[in-house]
Amino acid sequence: MKKIAVTAEGPDLDGRVDPRFGRAAGFIIVDPETMAFDYVDNGSSQAMAQGAGIQAAENVVATGAGVLLTGFVGPKAFQALNTAGIDIGQNVDNLTVREAIQKFKDGQVPLAATPNSRGHRS
Amino acid sequence: MIIAVASGKGGTGKTTLTSSLVSVWPSPVVAVDLDVEEPNLHLFLQPEVDSETSAYMEIPEIDDERCNRCRACTDICQFKAIGIFGKVVMTFPEMCHGCGACWTICPEKAITPGRRELGHIVTGRFRTSDFAMGRLRVGEAMSPPLMRAVKHHLNSTHGQPSRDMIIDAPPGVSCPAINAVMDADVIVLVTEPTPFGLYDLALAQKAFAPIGKPMGVVINRADIGTREVHRHCEETGLPILAEIPYQRDIAEAYARGQIIAEAVPSARPLFDALVERITALGKTANPSEEVCHA
Repeated sequence: MKKIAVTAEGPDLDGRVDPRFGRAAGFIIVDPETMAFDYVDNGSSQAMAQGAGIQAAENVVATGAGVLLTGFVGPKAFQALNTAGIDIGQNVDNLTVREAIQKFKDGQVPLAATPNSRGHRS
Repeated sequence: MIIAVASGKGGTGKTTLTSSLVSVWPSPVVAVDLDVEEPNLHLFLQPEVDSETSAYMEIPEIDDERCNRCRACTDICQFKAIGIFGKVVMTFPEMCHGCGACWTICPEKAITPGRRELGHIVTGRFRTSDFAMGRLRVGEAMSPPLMRAVKHHLNSTHGQPSRDMIIDAPPGVSCPAINAVMDADVIVLVTEPTPFGLYDLALAQKAFAPIGKPMGVVINRADIGTREVHRHCEETGLPILAEIPYQRDIAEAYARGQIIAEAVPSARPLFDALVERITALGKTANPSEEVCHA
């Protein structure tokens, strides 16, 4: 099964899903079978004046994850993630990272065909 | 001499003032509307248009075959206009500021300059004066590149360096406003005697002070509101160059798209006096720096 990246407010599975994609605090990269995980800091995107979503997409692709679970993805990041072949599950905010992964494993997170945030410049 | 008519707050009367200044200026000028997001000086001057051309900015085009994904371009780009996602290279043209770092640095010569349309440059004549304006393409996020293109166009083909230039600047104090006033010899700040006018005047004063050019204030609708703007100008040593009264005939002329200095005879002396004060203020500008604008 593909590794799953979840936008996270903190470095553990019981922290909250960060609803923002581009300016998420970090990503938790989980092996859904063993639930082993790594935390990847996304500070490099948070500090950017523009292009945070694109930078964050580069960061996620670099982790080797095949699925992204998050709250909102803007149009440019969506295009980038889509082109890089990453499946995107949106609107999984208001959950812990662990709950989000369970929800995905239960088939309760539909994969998105379009971005659900207009972004800042469109 | 270059005069920029600016303001912090929008809707204070920049275009009203600019059109009247152009009309009463004792010699032919170059009238420039640099409020490219919503140019409106032409509505008052109704210039005869000679040319309308597109302006472009150079943006990267990547040869996917030559690119070896070394990341040099995406690392140097401050604006994330190029992203590399695993094996996929993508450009985001609307993010690009046109600096050219990517095609300069690319070791594989895989990037060449393409172009993105910024908008239109319109030039023409208003009586014996020259006229120019920029009109931003709908959807274009950045106005300074088009503003620079208008200025470059004036310098290379249209500008008559002997003529004074009067610039109608965009409101605010961010990059577009700075771009419009940075080459000026005199900055005229138009405001109104309201708390909003005062607040934004103080912002503009602070933002433009580092440019080091003489500034003066024109108070529009001067007899409404409070005396706070007057007090602020006195306290901070900002000269009040003119006060335009709040008058029905001025408002009516404006609403008809007329030039106030022409349509309202009682207002004419006010603008003549303003021209003198601006000219005097321009003479206080550092003369060695003035040479740079020629």
